[in-house]
Amino acid sequence: MWRFIGGRLLQAIPVILAVITVTFFLVRVAPGGPFDSEKAVIPEVKAALEAQYRLDLPLGQQYLAYLRDLAAGELGPSFKYPGRSVNELIAAGLPATAELGAYALLVAVLLGGLAGVIASLKPNSAQDYIPMSVAMIGICMPTFLLGPLLVLVFGIHLEWLPVSGWGDIPGDKLLPSLTLGAAYAAYIARLGRAGMLEVMSQDYIRTARAKGLPEWQVVTRHALRGGLIPVVAFLGPAFAGLLAGSFVVETIFQIPGLGRFYVQAAFNRDYTMILGTTVFLSTLIVLFNLLSDILAAWLNPRLRAQYGEA
Amino acid sequence: MTTDAHSEVLTAEQGTSLWKDAWRRLRKNRLALFGLWVLLLFVIIALLTPWLAPYAHDAQNLDMGATPPSAAHWLGTDIFGRDLLTQIMYGGRISLAVGFVATAVALVIGVTWGAVAGYVGGRVDAVMMRLVDILYALPFMIFIVLLMVVFGRNLLLLFLAIGAVEWLTMARIMRGQVQSLRQQEFVEAAISLGLSPATIVRRHLVPNALGPIIVYTTLTIPSVMLLEAFLSFLGLGVQPPATSWGLLISYGAETMEEYPWLLIFPGAALTLTLFALNFLGDGLRDALDVRGSGD
Repeated sequence: MWRFIGGRLLQAIPVILAVITVTFFLVRVAPGGPFDSEKAVIPEVKAALEAQYRLDLPLGQQYLAYLRDLAAGELGPSFKYPGRSVNELIAAGLPATAELGAYALLVAVLLGGLAGVIASLKPNSAQDYIPMSVAMIGICMPTFLLGPLLVLVFGIHLEWLPVSGWGDIPGDKLLPSLTLGAAYAAYIARLGRAGMLEVMSQDYIRTARAKGLPEWQVVTRHALRGGLIPVVAFLGPAFAGLLAGSFVVETIFQIPGLGRFYVQAAFNRDYTMILGTTVFLSTLIVLFNLLSDILAAWLNPRLRAQYGEA
Repeated sequence: MTTDAHSEVLTAEQGTSLWKDAWRRLRKNRLALFGLWVLLLFVIIALLTPWLAPYAHDAQNLDMGATPPSAAHWLGTDIFGRDLLTQIMYGGRISLAVGFVATAVALVIGVTWGAVAGYVGGRVDAVMMRLVDILYALPFMIFIVLLMVVFGRNLLLLFLAIGAVEWLTMARIMRGQVQSLRQQEFVEAAISLGLSPATIVRRHLVPNALGPIIVYTTLTIPSVMLLEAFLSFLGLGVQPPATSWGLLISYGAETMEEYPWLLIFPGAALTLTLFALNFLGDGLRDALDVRGSGD
């Protein structure tokens, strides 16, 4: 197991390095500097500014200096908000995004897992078709459509829930979490159903039944663990998708989170902010992928045997 | 003896009628068939939009503004008095075009990459698939946002960027297919006949791997269309005066309190198309008996 984890960690390093490098040079070759809009900047001021952001150095040195800063955990100053560092902006946006993501993941795993298991217990019956049809809608309905529709119905027409905000009014976290989690609940339902169906036809399930275990115990004690491996393996990619989805959801519901900052930075061409946030989010995604791989491997006895118990 | 001869006839028949067989099975799947017809209808409408659209693409009527659906404007008008049906038709052209073109880009890169890796094997295969693994781990949603910011919001770039993201799974599927196919006798026969590797891949391997490729292609188009709509919704995709369903949904969401139809109709068009493609893909997967692709 440790060999597996070690191998995966080693694999993650070149990926993160590639992300940093590609992002850095992409941002540097982007047309238009950050100070182009202010037309009449005094040359001295411009030079001072460029020195502050190290734009006066050759590109290679800029890159090395950036890597040094990163190693120290320093993501650099923002172009757009003078005096604020990217670290500060991330620290300001991360809590809301993390909370939103956690709730959405909870929605996805609980709703999706439950729907998938229920559907798998009686395949090709109403108990299967109804949740799976809802899941299909969930997959086909994009987040940026579902969000406004939910607001229209529950916020504007029924006036049950707040239309926007985050932590200001009770209940305002419900719609964003549901919006962000819905599509992943749908995927998890499908994966869970397929995984459970496969496991339920295995010999060890028949053995468990033959021992006379009640069906619910067969499911909870024997089938779930194997049947949900695909779901656990999906959590890594799902996390990446959730982050991208948070761009949209935070924009719709006006949540002061990282996703909204990122989109704003993109529009403002706040290059250091884009660079810093991309590196930060990408690292997060790579690490989360790693975690979900390790978890899936740990749940899978065959893989565990392959790498030896530890 | 007779049973042997009988089964031989059967296999021979199945060999020639794989596609007929698949079509027969697909025809029984009502949802998939519904998907196929919806898709065909939308594609035909998209192709004929310049002649079918009730109004000119840029015709506006600022005095009229947003009006609910009426006899003159079946789906209503937007705040500039533009006919929504016309907007949706023109938007659909771009949304569908992005879906098909970007998927075609992904298809060409992925199939070539996977076929070469799977056929050549050995160290080349290891290096090529290693690269795919690394690319898989990259957070592409974020990268596409970055690309669109850095290089301006250009439609051609959008096609290429999305296509460049979506080829990875295609490459993996193709490689798996080629690896299992190249063990089989007919490929060995082709090798011993002295056919060049390029010919073997083109004539023998790609056609035999078509099933999974078709299925996965059908399932890639909706995810590409979603990606385009996602970018357009954020304002990073298709730019006005061009329009797409994602862009229309984004406008609709801004004014949905007063003019809900501006959100609902473009949303319905996009959702219906995605539905159709997903049903068709699932149906094709069953009809062609492809396992373990997609999802």
